[in-house]
Amino acid sequence: MQGVKEKAIELLRSKSVDRVVGWKAGEFFYDLTPAVFTSVPEVEQSFVWSVFCAANLSKYLIAESRRGGKVAAFLKPCDTYSFVQLVKEHRILRENVHVVGVQCAGMCDMETIRSHGLSAVTSVAEQDGALRVETLYGARTLDRKDALGEKCRTCKSKKLAVYDELLGEQGCDEDNGRFLEVARIEAMTPEERFAFWRGELSRCIRCNACRNVCPACSCETCVFDNPDSGLRNKAAADAFEENLFHIIRAFHVASRCTDCGECTRVCPQHIPLHLLNRKFIKDINGLYGPYQAGADFDTKPPLMDFTLHDPEPSQAAVRGGGV
Amino acid sequence: MKQIAKTELDTLFAAITAEQKLYIPADDSAGQAQFTLWRPGLALSGRLNTARSAKDLFFPQVENLVGFRMHAGAIERVETREEPEDFVIFGVRACDCRSFSILDRVFLSEPVDTFYQMRRAHATVVTLACTRPEETCFCAAMGVDAADPAGDVTCWLEDGTLLWRANTEKGEALTEKLPMLRPCPADAADAQQARTRALMQKLPLAKLDLSAFGAGKTRALFDRPEWASLSEACLGCGTCTFVCPTCQCYDVEEFRDGSSVRRFRCWDSCMYSDFTKMSAGQPRPTQRERFRQRFLHKLVYFPENNDGVFGCVGCGRCLAKCPIHMNIVKVIKTLGVTHA
Ligand code: SF4
Ligand code: SF4
Ligand code: SF4
Ligand code: SF4
Ligand code: SF4
Repeated sequence: MQGVKEKAIELLRSKSVDRVVGWKAGEFFYDLTPAVFTSVPEVEQSFVWSVFCAANLSKYLIAESRRGGKVAAFLKPCDTYSFVQLVKEHRILRENVHVVGVQCAGMCDMETIRSHGLSAVTSVAEQDGALRVETLYGARTLDRKDALGEKCRTCKSKKLAVYDELLGEQGCDEDNGRFLEVARIEAMTPEERFAFWRGELSRCIRCNACRNVCPACSCETCVFDNPDSGLRNKAAADAFEENLFHIIRAFHVASRCTDCGECTRVCPQHIPLHLLNRKFIKDINGLYGPYQAGADFDTKPPLMDFTLHDPEPSQAAVRGGGV
Repeated sequence: MKQIAKTELDTLFAAITAEQKLYIPADDSAGQAQFTLWRPGLALSGRLNTARSAKDLFFPQVENLVGFRMHAGAIERVETREEPEDFVIFGVRACDCRSFSILDRVFLSEPVDTFYQMRRAHATVVTLACTRPEETCFCAAMGVDAADPAGDVTCWLEDGTLLWRANTEKGEALTEKLPMLRPCPADAADAQQARTRALMQKLPLAKLDLSAFGAGKTRALFDRPEWASLSEACLGCGTCTFVCPTCQCYDVEEFRDGSSVRRFRCWDSCMYSDFTKMSAGQPRPTQRERFRQRFLHKLVYFPENNDGVFGCVGCGRCLAKCPIHMNIVKVIKTLGVTHA
């Protein structure tokens, strides 16, 4: 597909880069792991580009771009927004990274495939736009869109925000109704909404996967891990603290969150974290004008900027149905 | 051996509930199975296993240990421990049931953890044999028979019938109170067991080779260079630890409000950057050391201290849930290839 692996080999062979960040084959066909490749034989042996390359590689470039030499990274459209945002935040050293933009038709997700009642899946193959899923208990054909992870089902854009070279075509912004679910929750009464979030967040096991995978969460020591912050909470002292963790995290990433979808993808408890972030994005679009974090290298995220046209804080109370 | 029609499970569950609390695997609002307190109408999940493991019922994520209060100028000790009621946990798979014996070795050896001990004493474990294992299951490699799980009672679901076999005194006592269970031939589960065991052999991880691991292998494995590449993408999250039925580490923390203190324990993960951090610093400074700890604990240190028993039951949860798909099987296969 698209010569991604071939490109990795070419970049290493020609010594244009010292390392390549990509995805490494696993035990099965779907369990790829982000990995750094330093030699052609390594790439030949285990580099994989497939419909299971959902993991966003951008956050790894914080460390990789500081390791000396040049590193190439394969970034899907969504990953490029995280990349640009991290460059803007001076976390990734841009000059040390060669970005190979890769066009993407949406990534499949094993948890989604399993949610269709399929178990012991032994292979998934693309066949005329559909997916042939073989299991120990028989085969079934799934529509490709039914196998996509949440972030790909509601992909915001196939337009790469940055690339040094491109595999495939540059794409366009997409309209996949990513705010529809947010609107559904906005339409609830405050009591229903409170009950909805209490229910969803009650499943949280505080594994921190959502935070640790998040490109916008790149603090050296998170406030929730810092014993001197007075906020460290490895476990919640009461049932609301768990909720607070998510609310605070959503605030910390607001206007920097690119809606890359990683938090929802990795949650072992299937908590729809994207709904929190998208609520912020939707509101920011409404209050400050359309803004996409990570779309460019120049603009300031609205919540990190001040202009005379900024809405008055009192608006929040009005919109919330308060005073 | 006893039996009851699957359509009558509600009657059975209601009868158990009349006596004590009952937890069964039921689908949550996201469609994953979780152990849930039974109430009329709650359906048994059709999924193979729960997302969170059964250990939660014995070793909850957060548990109060003791409280203190300032009273008349003195510090008063407040008892926060509540004696749990008797409860039944139904539908435990063979792997999770084996995990209890691993946790027992930790919590019931001296000094005994009385919180855990209390819950174990009050629980009756009813297991359910597997018929449709996942590709991620490798219980067989860990010496677990998915077709004949242990527990106080063992059940099999077969052609619309639930088969029930009491294994222990506790199991017999529970069975006696359930007259709707009717006698059936002792070999009623045999055919299903044979089918399941044949299936287990076909699983991709059935023949996982563990010969490089076990007691005495620390020296051979500790400094292997592969730890660097195995751990390089690890996020240092707690997912693999928290979904694991055998992970047993906890931290003790306090909640203070100025005049009183509540001391509780909560699950901790050796994958976390502050795990076992001491005044002198962090003994495992990078993710490489933390990652190595998690897997060597299960595959070497635990067997070393526990008669060769591995600290993993092959439930496959860490395979299914790790955000970057790194897991114990990849560690076993990577380090297992070139062992001397
Ligand atoms: S990944 Fe899910 S379970 Fe883990 S901390 Fe985040 S919301 Fe909670
Ligand atoms: S909060 Fe979620 S969607 Fe937003 S940047 Fe972080 S991982 Fe991506
Ligand atoms: S191995 Fe996976 S689940 Fe475990 S800490 Fe690392 S990233 Fe998280
Ligand atoms: S290490 Fe993984 S497979 Fe083994 S018991 Fe724990 S979660 Fe299950
Ligand atoms: S690991 Fe074995 S016992 Fe556990 S769910 Fe899978 S088949 Fe059943």
